[in-house]
Amino acid sequence: MDMLKKFSRSSLALPLAALALLLLFNAIFVDDFFKIQVMDNGNLYGRPIDILHRCSSLIILALGMTFVIATGGVDISVGAVVAISSATCCVMLGGDISGIPHHPFFLAILCSLGVGILAGIWNGTLVAKFKIQAMVATLILMTAGRGIAQLMTDGQIITVYYKPFAWIGDNIPGVMVPTAMLIALAMIIFVLFMDRKTSVGLMIQAVGINQVASRYAGIKVTAVLFAVYIFSGFCAGTAGLIEGSLIRAADANNAGLNMEMDAILSVTLGGTLMIGGRYFIGGTIIGAITIQTLTTTMYALGVPSDCLPAVKAVVILLIIVFQSEKFKQMFRDRALRKKELKESGKEAANA
Amino acid sequence: MASDNDLILRMEHINMFFPGVKALKDVTFNLRRGEIHSLMGENGAGKSTLVKVLTGVYSKTSGDIIFCGEHINPKSTLESQKMGISTVYQEVNLCQNLTVAENIYIGREPRTRFGAIDWRTMTVKAQKLLRESLGIDIDVNKNLSFYSVAMQQMIAIARAIDTRCKILILDEPTSSLSEKETEKLFEIMRNLRDTGISIIFISHFLEQIYTICDRITVLRDGSYIGEYEVKSLPRIELISKMMGKEVKEDEIEANAVKSKPKDQKFIETSHLTVPGKVKDLSLNIREGEVIGLAGLLGSGRTEIAEALFGLTQKSEGSIKVEGLEITVKNPMDMMQRRVAFCPEDRKAAGVFGDLTVRENIILALQAKNGMFRHMARSKQNELADHYIDLLRIKVSDREQRVSNLSGGNQQKVIIARWLATQPQLLILDEPTRGIDVGTKSEIEKLAVTLAREKGMSVVFISGEMGEMVRTCSRILVIRDHEKITELAEDEISEAHIMQAIAGDYHGHA
Repeated sequence: MDMLKKFSRSSLALPLAALALLLLFNAIFVDDFFKIQVMDNGNLYGRPIDILHRCSSLIILALGMTFVIATGGVDISVGAVVAISSATCCVMLGGDISGIPHHPFFLAILCSLGVGILAGIWNGTLVAKFKIQAMVATLILMTAGRGIAQLMTDGQIITVYYKPFAWIGDNIPGVMVPTAMLIALAMIIFVLFMDRKTSVGLMIQAVGINQVASRYAGIKVTAVLFAVYIFSGFCAGTAGLIEGSLIRAADANNAGLNMEMDAILSVTLGGTLMIGGRYFIGGTIIGAITIQTLTTTMYALGVPSDCLPAVKAVVILLIIVFQSEKFKQMFRDRALRKKELKESGKEAANA
Repeated sequence: MASDNDLILRMEHINMFFPGVKALKDVTFNLRRGEIHSLMGENGAGKSTLVKVLTGVYSKTSGDIIFCGEHINPKSTLESQKMGISTVYQEVNLCQNLTVAENIYIGREPRTRFGAIDWRTMTVKAQKLLRESLGIDIDVNKNLSFYSVAMQQMIAIARAIDTRCKILILDEPTSSLSEKETEKLFEIMRNLRDTGISIIFISHFLEQIYTICDRITVLRDGSYIGEYEVKSLPRIELISKMMGKEVKEDEIEANAVKSKPKDQKFIETSHLTVPGKVKDLSLNIREGEVIGLAGLLGSGRTEIAEALFGLTQKSEGSIKVEGLEITVKNPMDMMQRRVAFCPEDRKAAGVFGDLTVRENIILALQAKNGMFRHMARSKQNELADHYIDLLRIKVSDREQRVSNLSGGNQQKVIIARWLATQPQLLILDEPTRGIDVGTKSEIEKLAVTLAREKGMSVVFISGEMGEMVRTCSRILVIRDHEKITELAEDEISEAHIMQAIAGDYHGHA
């Protein structure tokens, strides 16, 4: 009982409850929702795997976004950076039908990640050095990013026939679990390590809560801000590789489209506030999974894809309202009044 | 005795519970028409909480509020303001980036016939209000941030007065005002009282309570202690009621032994200049010395402290620490040389409201060690507990959010943060502002004890002369960003400091 009480007060309770509810709905209304099979080629297959697989890149983006939002900022350029990163990789590998890459694969990967980091440096410079408001600063790259990706691909959709490129979004032959999931897992472990075993998290939160006091306490505010944007850029670079690999092509117009919004949503669903300060890694991950589960559920139920955003919006609205302080307060007040009524009733009975 | 008819406000059996904390326990508060009534109590006694219940910031857990004969239950400050209850808070809460006139009339702007805001009338009205009620003549079209904190406070008061209130609550209004400004404020308060407005006055300055107030209600640990006529309550009794123990007058008046400085100089500056902030400053601070920086608000006391901590960069001169000349680029450079700085503005530059007490305490040490040399949780707990114990910080547990602590306890948390870094030089900028008598004397004593027993150097900055006289072994007098003179231990007295600030005293040297 005590455990349950403790859990219900923990920050993860509501995001988890929302996800559980969604899964419950699926279990009832979607046939064989939880069935996981091993395919002939040894790969795992099933809706749960599909959800985790599909939301891997969202999780990665959302992890980077969590730190940015915790400092009181936001990075709305990540979707565009995904496009640049996937374009970089595809251009480096080239679109030869023969499947022979123009440059070595590892070099292409490094360049994609490097481009992500470069984008982070750009955002970091604007926000940390020039003190431009984060939304405005990252808006620049958000707008310019797709143009840059177009320039890189000459406005063409470059299709990559080099086989190993598909392994990132798919499975590496002989490995049961999709590679994207493994990458996301590695990122989660890295972030948790930074959070638990270093003081990076504390410093980020301190900066998010009070920049002036942070400076007075000896925290290098500029460095912290710089770091979170670079990390966010790196995450976008990684996600770009996955997104590009999933379609085996560079699509400057559509790769990572609107993903920045889903990433922000994941973070807020997870309980982190946009004003910065306290952040919740676990919440962010659950938030990202929730968003993907929602999409998959809609598809499974046969909701036409044009209606999808509307239905999604309604469900997310509900979740966010349930999580809001005001709503919780209303519940607490009601519980209190009930208790009072009960007690006054008792008193009356005693009298 | 006053009959009930004279009471404009009765608060009865007020209870206020926060999660895990009983902030108010069965508190009673009676306010008469046209009186100045002081709420007294140490930090965390529940004064601010009571006021916030009255003004609708918090909604009480139980109890009755009867205002002008009617039960009220304000849900927001706007609601209470409409009823005629206005507040000027401890920390000025106006909008820095709006003009003075906008700040005064925000939410009730004068309108033209067409419903647009009548800027001209607003300017004229604001100017007139400030001139007539407070005797201040300023440009009301400048942004609020252009003016000093003292002026902002006056503007906040003007705004409150102008809303035709019946009850005016002043929460620590004088803590950032000069004596002259305070006098002025008291004059205004008396005038308001004579027009029938009731004033609730919260201040830690005993002197002021006795100058201006008619009656006192004392709270302690969230409980109601009693209600007294000022005339019939000797100070010493008031203090013992607030602290809950018998105290002797001299115990608060004088610290037993001042610290005797050692010979080693810890920090020296020569001709240190920071453009617009510090002018040609030469000083030395020895180990085991409590050195005071005296001067009026805005004289440059804080700027000197900031320069010593590396928050601003010098253009000329030098800083030597333990005999070695150093270049300072940021606070970390000074922290590495064991300098610590508790800033003046607790809320803006000190506490991290959403972090826990533990995190607030370990933060500076962790920053000093570097992010990647993370302290184990057990070590963090140990440190936090040690300082909570040492400084007697009132917390329910170390994982409590700092924003839920009272001002005095927040201040102690910041001091703990810096003590945890094991400093050799501790700079305390207005460490006792807005803090109750008990905590105040604790902090004064702490400064002296650290110097005497640990050989620490302490820079003590305060606008209150008495406090400086009690604690400092040497006082530098600052005026217009310049050191005017130094007072050695045998020269230190309030009179001498005042004379020196006025330029009439030059010491032996």
